[in-house]
Amino acid sequence: MSSVHVVALKKYYGAVHALDGLNLDVEAGTIFGFLGPNGAGKTTTLRILTGLAHPNSGKAQVAGIDVLKDGGNLARHIGHLPEEPAFYPWMTPREFLDYLGRLYGLSSSERTARIKELLALVRMEEVSRRRIAGFSRGMRQRLGVAAAILHHPEVLFLDEPASALDPAGRKEVLDLIGNLRGQCTVIMSTHILADVERVCDEIGIIDKGRMLVQSPRQELLEHYAVPAFEVEADDAAALARWAEELRRLPWVAAVAARNGAFRITVRDVQAAKRELLRLAVRSELSLNRFEEVRPSLEDVFLQLVGMENVA
Amino acid sequence: MNFFTVFRKEMQEQWRTYRFLIVAAVLAAFGLASPLLAKFTPEMLKAIPDVPPELLAAIPAPTLTDAIAQYVKNMSQFGIILALLVTMGVVVQEKERGTAAFFLTRPVSRETFLLAKFAALVVTFLASLVLAAAGCWYYTWVLFATPLAWGPFLALNGLMLAVFLVYMALALLASTLARTNGIAAGLAFVALVLIGGIGALPSIGNYFPGRLFSWGTTLMLGGNATAWPAFWISLGIIGVTLLVACLIFRRQEI
Repeated sequence: MSSVHVVALKKYYGAVHALDGLNLDVEAGTIFGFLGPNGAGKTTTLRILTGLAHPNSGKAQVAGIDVLKDGGNLARHIGHLPEEPAFYPWMTPREFLDYLGRLYGLSSSERTARIKELLALVRMEEVSRRRIAGFSRGMRQRLGVAAAILHHPEVLFLDEPASALDPAGRKEVLDLIGNLRGQCTVIMSTHILADVERVCDEIGIIDKGRMLVQSPRQELLEHYAVPAFEVEADDAAALARWAEELRRLPWVAAVAARNGAFRITVRDVQAAKRELLRLAVRSELSLNRFEEVRPSLEDVFLQLVGMENVA
Repeated sequence: MNFFTVFRKEMQEQWRTYRFLIVAAVLAAFGLASPLLAKFTPEMLKAIPDVPPELLAAIPAPTLTDAIAQYVKNMSQFGIILALLVTMGVVVQEKERGTAAFFLTRPVSRETFLLAKFAALVVTFLASLVLAAAGCWYYTWVLFATPLAWGPFLALNGLMLAVFLVYMALALLASTLARTNGIAAGLAFVALVLIGGIGALPSIGNYFPGRLFSWGTTLMLGGNATAWPAFWISLGIIGVTLLVACLIFRRQEI
């Protein structure tokens, strides 16, 4: 069953087409990575799906609710963490979560129990009575996550949840998101590919307001797999000579130096698997590394948004 | 039900960000100072060296009427300015800071978001005006040995509150329309100039909120003249302005 269903969504800001017929379908319980370069339309999509902006045309359903016709009922079914979560600086985390709990109609005992649980989850018990005004970006982000899941939402929207955090902060936030697997549907927009690879089950790549591809992560990687091998050797000159030799072979498409190694892109993977090592031995190369290249999401992303040359 | 939750938070915010204390302190100070100024201004003038004796003789002895006039003058200037200053940032600041986007994806309707803010400001100004009026009443009694008549004095303060509410509603609309604090301030200033400027015109001014100050003063002085049209028009401006603000905010992209 779809948790998020978007059809031909369009949003214009004057002459700028922020969304140009976006389609999106996310199954319940999925952690969905919404990937795209800056300005691709990720935030606009999330703003429409959370009721903060209105599209020019198209359809959008979240948790079975028509966002455009019945937006008033949406709030109780969704959680939302904007890119830079904003709080009332005079409040403490405990007061802030209590206020949200009241808005969601939780009873006093429910609020007390849930706030205790969440403060422990985001490791904020010790600062729970300190004013938010002095909090770091990471602390705000963790509090934002707690606020977004307080009411056990069916669908959770996270806009660049870890983009501005240091490595430790990113790990914490991504672990929190990963732990939500199976509890709710998570739509996470980001331009950080490593974050998506780490936690997302399914990936959608958006560019210029259109969905380029949407697929389970593993299927995407396999579909866009690069038929290539990487080779590293001690003797760079011998390796370069060997590379020249390879370029003449019909099943080799290209040989390129990359990060101190040679990447051999092939036309026939099976032939390469049979021949490459044999040819290396014949050339008396002393190999440090020989591996079939595992395509990264970065390769797929760059391939899809046509930025290979830029990279 | 969420209206009261949001209203409670707004009242907490008024208190914790010292907005309540500032409004109360400023209005109370002018309330207290009004009879003092009325009483001691002639004394201060007499204390200036080399004032011609004819001029000194021409300065009338301070009366209760001077205390009332001073109170109305202070409130009509500083009360209105305070109403605009305190209100014009309440919505736009939340839009700029991002808290509006954060909270409007919660079960808070946009109407509740706006009206709870307005209600909290009404309570702040009402309480502050009560303090100011109490200070004015007490000092007038001490200095002029005559207590102000309760009924007309309450009516005067009620009418002043109605004028403040007009400006607060207009500033809330400005804050709703604007994308930045500066624009909100500009719009609020335009509202002040328009209402004040047109209200100063001889005939049409009788229908504008400013007329309520002179009606209140007349009541204090024992007069019978009324200004009901200005009163109803003021209430109408408050209602229509709030309605327009809600309708605009409902469709506004945050």
